[in-house]
Amino acid sequence: MNFLNTLQAGAAQGLWWAVMTLGVYISYRVLDAADLTVEGSFPLGAAVSVVCINAGMNPFLALLVAFVAGCLAGAVTGMLNTICRIPPILAGILTMIALYSVNIRIMSDRASITIAADSARTLLMHWLPITNGTWVSILGGIVTNALLVAVLYLFFGTEIGCAMRATGQNIHMARAMGIHTRWMTILGLMLSNGLVALSGSFVAQFDYGSAMATMGQGAIVIGLASVIIGEVLFCHKDRSFAFKLIAVVLGAVIYRCIIALALQLDFLKATDLKLITAVIVVFALSLPVLKKQFAQGKLRRENERKLNGGGGTEHA
Amino acid sequence: MLDIVQVEKSFNIGTVNEKKALQNLNFHMNDGEFVTVIGGNGAGKSTMLNVITGVYKPEGGKIFLDGQDITYLEEWQRAKYLGRVFQDPMMGTAANMQIEENLALAYRRTKKRGLSWGISEKEKEYYRQSLARLDLGLEDRMTAKVGLLSGGQRQAVTLLMATLQKPKLLLLDEHTAALDPKTAEKVLDLTRELIEEEHLTTIMITHNMRDAIRMGTRLVMMHQGRIVYSVAGEEKKNLKVEDLLQKFSEVSNGEFANDRMLLL
Ligand SMILES: Nc1ncnc2c1ncn2[C@@H]1O[C@H](COP(=O)(O)OP(=O)(O)O)[C@@H](O)[C@H]1O
Ligand SMILES: [Mg+2]
Repeated sequence: MNFLNTLQAGAAQGLWWAVMTLGVYISYRVLDAADLTVEGSFPLGAAVSVVCINAGMNPFLALLVAFVAGCLAGAVTGMLNTICRIPPILAGILTMIALYSVNIRIMSDRASITIAADSARTLLMHWLPITNGTWVSILGGIVTNALLVAVLYLFFGTEIGCAMRATGQNIHMARAMGIHTRWMTILGLMLSNGLVALSGSFVAQFDYGSAMATMGQGAIVIGLASVIIGEVLFCHKDRSFAFKLIAVVLGAVIYRCIIALALQLDFLKATDLKLITAVIVVFALSLPVLKKQFAQGKLRRENERKLNGGGGTEHA
Repeated sequence: MLDIVQVEKSFNIGTVNEKKALQNLNFHMNDGEFVTVIGGNGAGKSTMLNVITGVYKPEGGKIFLDGQDITYLEEWQRAKYLGRVFQDPMMGTAANMQIEENLALAYRRTKKRGLSWGISEKEKEYYRQSLARLDLGLEDRMTAKVGLLSGGQRQAVTLLMATLQKPKLLLLDEHTAALDPKTAEKVLDLTRELIEEEHLTTIMITHNMRDAIRMGTRLVMMHQGRIVYSVAGEEKKNLKVEDLLQKFSEVSNGEFANDRMLLL
C-alpha cells in the first residue's frame, strides 16, 4: 500500500506545516498584507528551539521559546511598517534578510544543527503506546491544530481580536472607532510570526530532526498555497471564522499530500518541488477566475442558442 | 466647545503643487450648535474636518475641544470624542464584518479594549432596537455582512455607529452626496432626527444649498481655506439660495461658472 503510506507521510508533515499556514492566514487574510517575514521566522523558530533543546531545555518549553522568538520577529516587521512607514512587503523582506544572518548566529555559525537530545517527538513516542512515528505526528498534529484553531477562534471574538480584524479590513474606519491601528498591526504580525516560528520548531522536532538556515525558503508561497487551497475547496465567503481556520489547516494537509504524491512520479525529482509549488499556487489563484469565465461562457452559449432557436425571424 | 484658532494646513509643501488648504482658519462653536458648511470644490471643507479628526496635523494654530488642546492627539485617541460619517459609503464600515459586529466596534469607541467578548448578548438587544428605528428592516439581518447592504443602508448604519456612543461632536462630510435623491432624503431625515433627539453638536458639510439653509442652527461658507460668511437665527431662516449665490459670487469675484455649487 505505497499510496496510503505516501498519503500518511504527507498528512503527518502537512499538519505541522498547517501551524505556519494559520500564521500566514492571519497576516494575509486578517491583516490583508502578505508578510515575507515568514521565510525568516520559520527557521528562526527551528534554530532557537534546537539550540535550547541541545542545551538541555525541555523540548515542549522549547516550543514556547520558538513562539516568543517569532513574536519578536513579527514585532520588528510591524514596527518597520507602522513606525518607519515602510510598505508591508518591503518591511517583511528586510526582516527576512536580517533573520538569515541572525539564524546562523543562533546556530553558532553553522547552516544547520541536528537535535542531539530528546525532542518532543521522541518523548511522545516514549509516552504513547504507538510505535509508528508517522502516527505520532498525525495524532500530535491534530491535537495541536485543534487547540490552536480553538484559541484563535476565541481570540478573534474578543474586543482586541475584533479590533484587529477591523484594522485589516478598513483602517480609516478602525481609527474612527478609536482603535490603535498601529498596535493592532504590530500585534497581528507578532501573533502570525509566533505561529510560523512554532511551526518551524514542530517541523524541526517531528520531521527534519534538525534546524536549517534554508528551511524557510519558499515558506510564504507554501503558506499562501495552503490558504488558497483550503478556501477554494472548503469555504464559501460566508462561512464562520472557525470554519475558515479549519479549512486552512486542511489546505496545508492537502498541499503536502499533493507534493508527496507528485514526488512519487518517476519523472519528477525532489528539486522540482518548488516548480510544483508554483504551479499549484498559480492554479489555485486562477481557479476563481477560470470558474467565472467558464460560467460566463456557458451563459453566453445558452443565450445564443435561445436567440437562434427561439425567434429566428429577427435574424432572417 | 470647539475652537479652531489660526489653523494653517498646506499640502505638498516645497513643491510646485504646494496648496494652502486652510489659511489662518478661525472657527468657534458652542455646545448644541448644528453648523452647516458650504463652499466650492477645494474650499478646504474636508480638510477642516480632517484636522479636527486628526487625519492631518496642521502646520500652525491650535484646536481645542471642550477646552482640551487636541491639536497633536493621535487620530485614534480623539476618536472617543468624535462621531464621523464619510462621503464614501464604503469608508465608514467594515464590509466583511457583520452588522452587529460593526455596531459593537462603534459601541467600544469610547472604551478601552481588552480580552472580554467583542459583543455581548445584552448589547445585541440594544442594537436590534437601534436598528429598528432606521426602518430598513436591518434589525432582522444583524448577522449579515455589511458588504451586502446598499450604499444608503451602509450610510444609515454608519450614522448609527457614529452616534451609538454620544459624541461630543458629530462630523458629516457630504454624507449623502453619493446616494440617489430619495435615499439621500431618507438619510438626511434620519440625521436630523438623531441630532435633535440627542442634542448633538454637529458640523455638516453639504453641497446642497437648500439643505444647508433648512437644516442646522448656523450656516457658514468657506472659500480658499477660510470662513468667509456666517449666518444664524432669523437671518438664516429667511435666507434664499439666490442670496447664497450672490454671496458666493462676491467672495470669488464671479469665478464660479463651473462650480458644482451651482448644480445645487
Ligand atoms: N491629501 C491631499 N493631498 C494634496 N492636496 C490635498 C489633499 N487633500 C486636499 N488637498 C487640496 O486641498 C484643497 C482643499 O481640499 P478639500 O478640503 O478636500 O476641499 P473641499 O472638501 O472643500 O472640496 C484642495 O485644493 C485639494 O486639492
Ligand atoms: Mg470635500
